[in-house]
Amino acid sequence: MPEVLVISGKGGTGKTSLTGAFAQLATSKVICDLDVDAPDLHLLLHPEALEEHEFRSGNQAEIDPERCVACGLCAEKCRFDAIREVDGAFAVDPFKCEGCKLCVVLCPEQAVDFPQRYCGDWQISGTRLGPMVHAQLFPGEENSGRLVALLRGRARELADEQGLELILSDGPPGIGCPVISSLSGTDLAVIVTEPTPSGRHDLERVVELCTHFKVPAGVIVNKHDLNAEQTRAISDYCAQQGLEVLALLPYDPAMTEAMVKGLVITEYSDNGLASALKEAWQRIADKAGLGA
Amino acid sequence: MIVAVASGKGGTGKTTVSASLCSVWDTPVTAVDLDVEEPNLHLFLCPEISGSAKATLEVPRLDEGLCDACGKCSDVCQFKAISLFGDVLLAFPEMCHGCGACLEVCPQGALSPDHRELGEVLWGSSGDMGFVMGRLRVGEAMSPPLMRAVKKRLAELNSQRPGDVIIDCPPGVSCPAVNAVMDSDVILLVSEPTPFGLYDFTLAWEAFGPLNKPMGAVINRAGLGDGKLAAFCREKGIPILAELPFSREVAESYSQGQIVAQATPELNQAFRELAANTRELYLASQSKEAAHA
Repeated sequence: MPEVLVISGKGGTGKTSLTGAFAQLATSKVICDLDVDAPDLHLLLHPEALEEHEFRSGNQAEIDPERCVACGLCAEKCRFDAIREVDGAFAVDPFKCEGCKLCVVLCPEQAVDFPQRYCGDWQISGTRLGPMVHAQLFPGEENSGRLVALLRGRARELADEQGLELILSDGPPGIGCPVISSLSGTDLAVIVTEPTPSGRHDLERVVELCTHFKVPAGVIVNKHDLNAEQTRAISDYCAQQGLEVLALLPYDPAMTEAMVKGLVITEYSDNGLASALKEAWQRIADKAGLGA
Repeated sequence: MIVAVASGKGGTGKTTVSASLCSVWDTPVTAVDLDVEEPNLHLFLCPEISGSAKATLEVPRLDEGLCDACGKCSDVCQFKAISLFGDVLLAFPEMCHGCGACLEVCPQGALSPDHRELGEVLWGSSGDMGFVMGRLRVGEAMSPPLMRAVKKRLAELNSQRPGDVIIDCPPGVSCPAVNAVMDSDVILLVSEPTPFGLYDFTLAWEAFGPLNKPMGAVINRAGLGDGKLAAFCREKGIPILAELPFSREVAESYSQGQIVAQATPELNQAFRELAANTRELYLASQSKEAAHA
């Protein structure tokens, strides 16, 4: 079953708005929001939870002041500078602790506890456009790569159970841990970019990442009419890299208007942008090997 | 003063605000790009790079001859970076967080420090402005240790040439973003007045609030969307330090790689006010601290 992932290297290029439109255009799919740090797709799809789960991953060191003899070995050995001495007492800074357990094993007094971390929640929901798997990490938490892997696994099971033929995911920004976790083993990456210097720069880095993980990719240039020259440069770059340009989409304030109303653009209007998106989706479906 | 320009999410105009704020800052300043996954600030400030260094992370190297497969290292490793298969030990350096636990617990001295490349740190100047950035190696998952290397370099540069620091932070509210704002004196949250913008702003406010640093909002593309973001700021007592109007003209000048504060006199004025308001917010927090002490 194909997995299509919409990514962009960076936020703000219109990834979520486009994923929402594709979710409306695709007929038989599980929708996934893999941006677990700052998910937004729910603002368009208004999911109602069918199942809710806690996400626990990794551990965090905690020094018990009763048992601690303030020898300072933990602070000396911690590579993350996560243990601080304040007025002779040692304490772990939860923002800096990576949960490596070194202090736990080194402490001569066994004064460091190592409870599991409750990092966030994830859920399976129903939406007007189909089932959706999504999550919210608690602010400041890590391990988003593991949560992404969990969501993808659950989406696949759900698609199997319900006989759905596609997993459509809104990806996280960047090229780091959560993106790598989203990308490995995906069938098609749809890269959304903008005709700006940063758009171009981020595109090149995320294309490199797709090449690294051998994931086929296509490119959508959003707001292409803001800068014809940059759009040409991006198209040339794509041609050089053998990447298909799936669509050139015009800048259209209707995209924001639809968002403010909590709708996806293809529900909100039937204008040029919406019809360009229909054509783009057809290309994506063909490329991903979908029957639709 | 260290100013962190953060946003909860990318695309709200963080880099636009960072570059513009640097360009109107009227005392010595160093611009820092801590969005090491997708650094963009250099595309607008066009710095002359005068130096660079590879940043690495310490990972274990195994001497098979010394290993007796006791499994202490794989038991302690929380990141599945070292595993015992039967009596064969395998290390996966790309999973390693560089904590050194395996090296500490190995009774045989079979593990020694090796290095994995994280990316590079680059520094230089743009006019009178200092400049530092990090660039994560594509395929590398862990940005916080590279960010630590950038901050270390910044501290060295700043000791030679003291001044204020403006940090362009990574998007999101997870570990890299919190890492970036952690050492700042003031946090500017850039957002746009749309439902996406408000949601991400709320997350950022929740994530950075516990750090107890003065926080101000910069509303970008004002006039687009609705008024709920400003209402949220009023309700939570977050001062709105600037409202930058949405205009297609600004979007076009950004697309040409221009610093928008230099595009029109109105925007220049708006960023000068933002700089002044940021300083005021910082000074107010300092005097509050002094009053407490």
